[in-house]
Amino acid sequence: MKKTSNAFAVPYLLWIGLFVIAPLVLLLYKSFFDIQGNLTLANYATFFGSWTYLRMSLNSIFYAGIVTLVTLIISYPAAYLLTKLKHKQLLLMLVILPTWVNLLLKAYAFMGIFGQQGGINAFLTFVGIGPKQILFTDFSFIFVASYIEIPFMLLPIFNALDDIDDNLINASRDLGASDSQTFIKVIFPLSLNGVRSGVQSVFIPSLSLFMLTRLIGGNRVITLGTAIEQHFLTTQNWGMGSTIGVILIMAMLATMWLTKERRK
Amino acid sequence: MKKLANLYLLFVFVVLYVPIAYLIFFSFNAGGDMNGFTGFTFEHYQEMFEDSRLMLILLQTFFLAFLSALLATAIGTFGTIFVHQMKPKFQNTLLSLNNVLLVSPDVMIGASFLILFTMLGFQLGTVSVLLSHIAFSIPIVVLMVLPRLKEMNEDMINAAFDLGATRWQMLREVMLPYLTPGIISGFFMAFTYSLDDFAVTFFVTGNGFSTLSVEIYSRARQGISLEINALSTIVFLFSILLVIGYYFISNEKGDKHA
Repeated sequence: MKKTSNAFAVPYLLWIGLFVIAPLVLLLYKSFFDIQGNLTLANYATFFGSWTYLRMSLNSIFYAGIVTLVTLIISYPAAYLLTKLKHKQLLLMLVILPTWVNLLLKAYAFMGIFGQQGGINAFLTFVGIGPKQILFTDFSFIFVASYIEIPFMLLPIFNALDDIDDNLINASRDLGASDSQTFIKVIFPLSLNGVRSGVQSVFIPSLSLFMLTRLIGGNRVITLGTAIEQHFLTTQNWGMGSTIGVILIMAMLATMWLTKERRK
Repeated sequence: MKKLANLYLLFVFVVLYVPIAYLIFFSFNAGGDMNGFTGFTFEHYQEMFEDSRLMLILLQTFFLAFLSALLATAIGTFGTIFVHQMKPKFQNTLLSLNNVLLVSPDVMIGASFLILFTMLGFQLGTVSVLLSHIAFSIPIVVLMVLPRLKEMNEDMINAAFDLGATRWQMLREVMLPYLTPGIISGFFMAFTYSLDDFAVTFFVTGNGFSTLSVEIYSRARQGISLEINALSTIVFLFSILLVIGYYFISNEKGDKHA
């Protein structure tokens, strides 16, 4: 094929250089400086030497894992059922629609719903259980984070399932497989790519939902993201913030490596 | 079984929409909070429309989303064509680089862009936010356009050249029309990303420029204000309009190709 319009690709390459490579390099570079601007490894020593930072990281990974699992459990059946319906494209748009409502608005809605006298507590009082503390608990954080991430899990799974050739399923049936066998041996393996990208696009953002930890989690759940935000914007310790950023990149690479498509 | 399936789907949809419905419902509450509905009123809408700061931010947010999505789509589409022409080895490297921003947590993107702008001595404000939004929208455009480009029959391109088309003609008459559905999805995704972004903007915005997310965050930290509820009604209605528009555009394209 003839090369077409390489000149048009210049902004793209500039973008890769300036906004992909440079920020990563700068983040790594900054992580070797302390708050006074001296070149040092102290940030890493602090991170790996103190139980606080390690516990926070493990916590963060743990919560992100739960959020991913919850969204997967809810989204997979929903995506599967959606592919069977006649108006699936329209319904899919209905799944995407809530993602167009600003994330902060949704978090704000839950401040009302989970509040002391909010909708859920009004219901609990009505059925006689009485009001409970819901906002600012681990439960509310996991619930709201999962709620926000569901469409991002559902969409790739739906696409993967929808792409499966009907002939494969018919062939499986013709060869005498039962519905559950067809699902386990044909449909599920073919949808794994969707699950992989779903897990990637939910797990990694879940490591860094700092606004939710503030508004919904009541600072009880501290994620890696919260720590970065604090170091950059509150304590102005960019070096330490960058160090946590580097750790976050490592976590991200590990996730991608673990969910990578493996060719046999 | 079929009933159970529909019930489950209904449940998922209800969960997806309850918070939004809750917000909209209480935007009409005369009581002034999101707890008990004491009476119907439009006063919060009036308040919102009279809040010139909020209106300005609303306009800014949409303008920013539109502009950044447009530029990201243009850059991303030509980037995709470029990537597609590379040898497989380079292609994989470029695509990995492309996907870095897509998979990076937004806090990290925000923090590293903040370092970048500060190191370059770039003034934080409208332009830094716009550049950041373009930057994190480009990879999704590439991901939307690339599958379409891979599907494209290369004979069509060769035929165009054999028939004497220049590169530009081939691009305009053959390749871009074929890619249009991918480009449109890319644009809409970029638009969504920009509207939805909070963390990156929060990091790279100076004092002068604010988007809806940042404004809502600072207001929500101070507690409930039904003005925000009224705002969410408007935002939601606008999203519906966009979705309907998108649905019709993508359907029309589909029919033409079928």
